[in-house]
Amino acid sequence: MGRYILRRILYAIPIAFGVSVVCFSLVYIAPGDPLQTVLPPDATAETVAIVKKAYGFDKPLPMQFLIWLGKVVTGDFGVSISTRRPVILEVSDALANTALLAMFAVPIAFFTGYVMGAVAGSFAGRWIDRVVTGAAVVGVSLPNYWLGIVLVIVFAVEYMLLPATGMGPNGSVGFNLLQWSNAQFLVLPVFTLSMIPIGILSRTTRAAVAEVRNQDFVQTLRAKGLSEWAVTRHVLKNAMPQVMAVMGLQFGYLLGGSILVETVFTWPGSGFLLSKAIINRDVPVLQGTILTLSMVFVATNLVVDLLQSLIDPRIRRG
Amino acid sequence: MASGNFLILRRPQSGRLEGRTAPIQRLAAVLALGASIVAGSTPVQAGGTLIVGMTAGDLPVTTGNPDQGFEGYRFVGYNLYNSLVLWDLSGAGDKAADIKPGLATEWNVDEANDKRWIFKLRQGVKWHDGCPFTADDVVWNFAYSGDEKAPQFNAAQFAQARAYLGTYAGVEKVDDHTVAFTTKFPDALFPYAMSYVLMISPCRAKEVNNNWTEYALKPSGTGPYKFDKMVPHQRMEFVPNADYWDKARVPKQDRLVLVPMPEASTRTAALLSGQVNWIEAPSPDAIERLKSAGMKIVTRVYPHHWSYQLNFVKGPFTDKRVRQAANYALNREDMKDLLNGLMLEQYATVPPSTAYYGHPLLYKYDPDKAKALLKEAGCLPCKVTFAISTSGSGQMQPLPMNELVKSQLDATGFEVTLNSMDWNALLQVGRGGVDASPDIHAINISRASQDPFNALIRHVWTGAWAPKGANWGHFGNPAVDKLIDGVLAEFDPAKRLALLTRLHELMNEEAVLIFVAHDLNPRAMSPKVQGFVQAQSWFQDLTPVSVTP
Repeated sequence: MGRYILRRILYAIPIAFGVSVVCFSLVYIAPGDPLQTVLPPDATAETVAIVKKAYGFDKPLPMQFLIWLGKVVTGDFGVSISTRRPVILEVSDALANTALLAMFAVPIAFFTGYVMGAVAGSFAGRWIDRVVTGAAVVGVSLPNYWLGIVLVIVFAVEYMLLPATGMGPNGSVGFNLLQWSNAQFLVLPVFTLSMIPIGILSRTTRAAVAEVRNQDFVQTLRAKGLSEWAVTRHVLKNAMPQVMAVMGLQFGYLLGGSILVETVFTWPGSGFLLSKAIINRDVPVLQGTILTLSMVFVATNLVVDLLQSLIDPRIRRG
Repeated sequence: MASGNFLILRRPQSGRLEGRTAPIQRLAAVLALGASIVAGSTPVQAGGTLIVGMTAGDLPVTTGNPDQGFEGYRFVGYNLYNSLVLWDLSGAGDKAADIKPGLATEWNVDEANDKRWIFKLRQGVKWHDGCPFTADDVVWNFAYSGDEKAPQFNAAQFAQARAYLGTYAGVEKVDDHTVAFTTKFPDALFPYAMSYVLMISPCRAKEVNNNWTEYALKPSGTGPYKFDKMVPHQRMEFVPNADYWDKARVPKQDRLVLVPMPEASTRTAALLSGQVNWIEAPSPDAIERLKSAGMKIVTRVYPHHWSYQLNFVKGPFTDKRVRQAANYALNREDMKDLLNGLMLEQYATVPPSTAYYGHPLLYKYDPDKAKALLKEAGCLPCKVTFAISTSGSGQMQPLPMNELVKSQLDATGFEVTLNSMDWNALLQVGRGGVDASPDIHAINISRASQDPFNALIRHVWTGAWAPKGANWGHFGNPAVDKLIDGVLAEFDPAKRLALLTRLHELMNEEAVLIFVAHDLNPRAMSPKVQGFVQAQSWFQDLTPVSVTP
């Protein structure tokens, strides 16, 4: 098991390299200059040349990439072109803010989705299955930015129950989860963000539960004289590994931040940071954020795999 | 009567409403919620807190010349800092704003050398950190943004300042209260350029050892506001500078809070729910909702036009008749309806309230004339490609507006292809000029026409051919160049005004642009916001504003 974990961690290195190369190339293939945010609209060619030199963008691309790589290995992710703040600070702040959303959205999605899917799977083919599946499809199909805007109109504008935007009355600094005046800012974004995971998880659970129920051991349990509820407990436990894998992926996606939802709610998370960095072609921030997110994804997958083998000893890793 | 009292006496708890949402309860809830959100830990005071939702995607930088376009100047640049020359934003706003003394009290060109400008500096001015403002500070600032060898050189500021220092060649201290600028060639419009270059405190810079990341968190200028605090990407807070040298412009509000909110519907919701009390650029379809909620909608024409710059090297627009046809084909009233009235029909480069407007030839809607002109020019159907953006600062509602322009042009014999891209990609196309994009016949980048150079000259001067300047399509006309040389060498304002008027009229004669719309600079604010008069400018004076509790 230890060797397995070590191998998985070592795989992260070529993944990180590959991700960085792809990200770097994509930014440069896209039209638009990395110095957009610094240069005024009608900068002359002469100005552009001087600024490029000052920022090190006059070197050939492979050189720029290697210089960046060299710094990253020593922990220096560089400085954002638009704000001049260290990229590590930008990424960690943003990720922490998005993690706050994910931390609430994932459990809500998991429990809601699992219950819905379990109910649908246990009564597969009956009307309750159709109702639950229908609700799941609606959850996945609703554009989440539309849902966010509608929730804001209903809860913030019409009934003034919740705030419309932002992360706390004073921004993310000093955000105190234990105070309702701060925590209320979480409600609408978390609800919006959990819609799609609920849909996906309930569909996955339904399929897993339906499949497990058809296995021989279930019939054996019933023959043994177990109550339907006890049988269901066994079924749910067996269905869990599949669902956990999907949940892990969902957590990874949520950490990447939903650009749309975070823009609608002006939530200073990684999605908002990424979208601004893309629009501004802020290469250091893009590189740093994407690299960090991919590493988080790799780690999440590893944790999920280990959890799976914990729950189901038949899934042996190594 | 009894039930009415009962409703009033029930206090809402942390925003949750019990019972029906009667107007009085909603008002109480708004006040409670608004107060708790707005005040934070500090009590609400006399002048109030002005909270602004900006269209910018991020907070403008505080290291001198701001980014985020003119919105950065409007809320951060001109609030924390001054330039030598300021814009006069006072008055009722019935005339386009012009320049006035700032950190310089007067300026004139040297009698003996018309490439040398003498600026006399204002005395008794102090930086926010307490150091006195001197001529050395001015020289230091121009090295900050211009001299690569100076220890204080800042590459980002170099890029920001360069846009306005086209003719700048150098600055020197004459005495403690006077500096002299040298220009590359005689430039009568030089003072306008000086209005965009903001001065930061060398004292504070030395304190932080020229570390601009650190400086950004404690900027020091001479402006009417002092920096208080900031949460990066989220909010910035200013307080009044009680020692500001212009006593008439010490801010009346207690605190100014800036919040970036790039999404229009978010801004509307934030204003309606009381989270902010001022928003920039509400979307046209939100106006009715805002009005019915009692919000004030403020609009005024200003030097901002949404038009198309044309390709004068290749394609149908090289023929003046085709350019005129495009202008005759547009029904600008329909465009105004599309925007719920939030625009002024544009028939010339600058709005009629500008000093050098004159009597230009106006291309009023005449589709038959458009068709006839196209027939005469032998361009039927006239295939043209426009480069447009999906969004962007000042681009208004680019997609629906372009669709309407396309349908109107197509109806008279054009065949328009819209080539849409994101804002920065379009700016890149704009910077490259026609040589880099020969198959594009028009670009849709909205333009500021605040000062004579940016309004007129940069579109038609051969000296500003992209990539050197903003003359994207390489319009070149010897008579126009001569007129421009005359303007730049004319130091008498009255004579220069006549020349500028002639230039403006010439731009219409030649149909240099496809004129579409003058933006009306809409903003919405809570009825509690008092004292604001909108100027005809990209910049606004927030100092007289107060917020009633």
